[in-house]
Amino acid sequence: MRFTPGDRVRTTRADPPHHTRVPRYARGAVGVVLEPQGVHPVADDRARGLQTPPEPVYTVRFTACELFGDGDHHVTLDVWERHLDPERS
Amino acid sequence: MSGHHDDAPIAAQVRGLEALLEDRGLVDARELDRALEAFLAGSSPAGAARAVARAWTDDDFRRRLLDDANAALPEVRLSMGGGLQEQRLKVVENTAAVHNVIVCTLCSCYPIAVLGPSPTWYKSEAYRSRVVRDPRGVLAEFEFDPGPDVEITVWDASAESRYMVLPRRPEGTEPLDEAELAALVTRNGLIGVAAV
Repeated sequence: MRFTPGDRVRTTRADPPHHTRVPRYARGAVGVVLEPQGVHPVADDRARGLQTPPEPVYTVRFTACELFGDGDHHVTLDVWERHLDPERS
Repeated sequence: MSGHHDDAPIAAQVRGLEALLEDRGLVDARELDRALEAFLAGSSPAGAARAVARAWTDDDFRRRLLDDANAALPEVRLSMGGGLQEQRLKVVENTAAVHNVIVCTLCSCYPIAVLGPSPTWYKSEAYRSRVVRDPRGVLAEFEFDPGPDVEITVWDASAESRYMVLPRRPEGTEPLDEAELAALVTRNGLIGVAAV
């Protein structure tokens, strides 16, 4: 587990030519880790028939402003660890 | 974002495979229907409504449900294990300050085991794309206004967890027993597009 609750993280900006579980609206966005969800098979790999070990998944909370430029709500996403980088406060 | 699936090539492939398996005598014509019925029979919003009513009347159960829903569900004769593998359920609680809404923007993930099949609109591109962007606008179309001071959190089920909303207990329901309380809970309330 690379991250713990409260950590600031940034999602990947990558736009792969295959299935990915990072929704387009949340790419390159900064959020805060809410909780770890344990390890799960990586959907991006399984969709391509790749046998890779399960990886940690985290619930990450974003402000609407960060995702869309405005709005007063929050959105949480479940993100595999490989799609997150640490973000300095 | 994927679209509707009924006429997708994969749906035609599944129908073809099913017909082939039946032709070869590998599955009985009614076997798949029976398996699907058995899975769905135990899963309707009634089960989740029972869990909500218990949470409203038993604060210790409410805490267990919020901490680890999978461990708490058997107390109300529910389980997330109806499919190929047990899925993690996360119950998110509405309060005076926060209202929760669930969605799956990438496809249509939904806690079928405790809520039954999802409503058609839940799978529509309109709901999936708009509720993350403008939840207040979408809720208004359901004729529901959580109030300007209530913060909204939208839970996008983008990995392996499934989500369910624990609505607030309506005022004036103190005299009701658990079964009467469960009858107040709607599927829309459990998704978060209605108050209860």
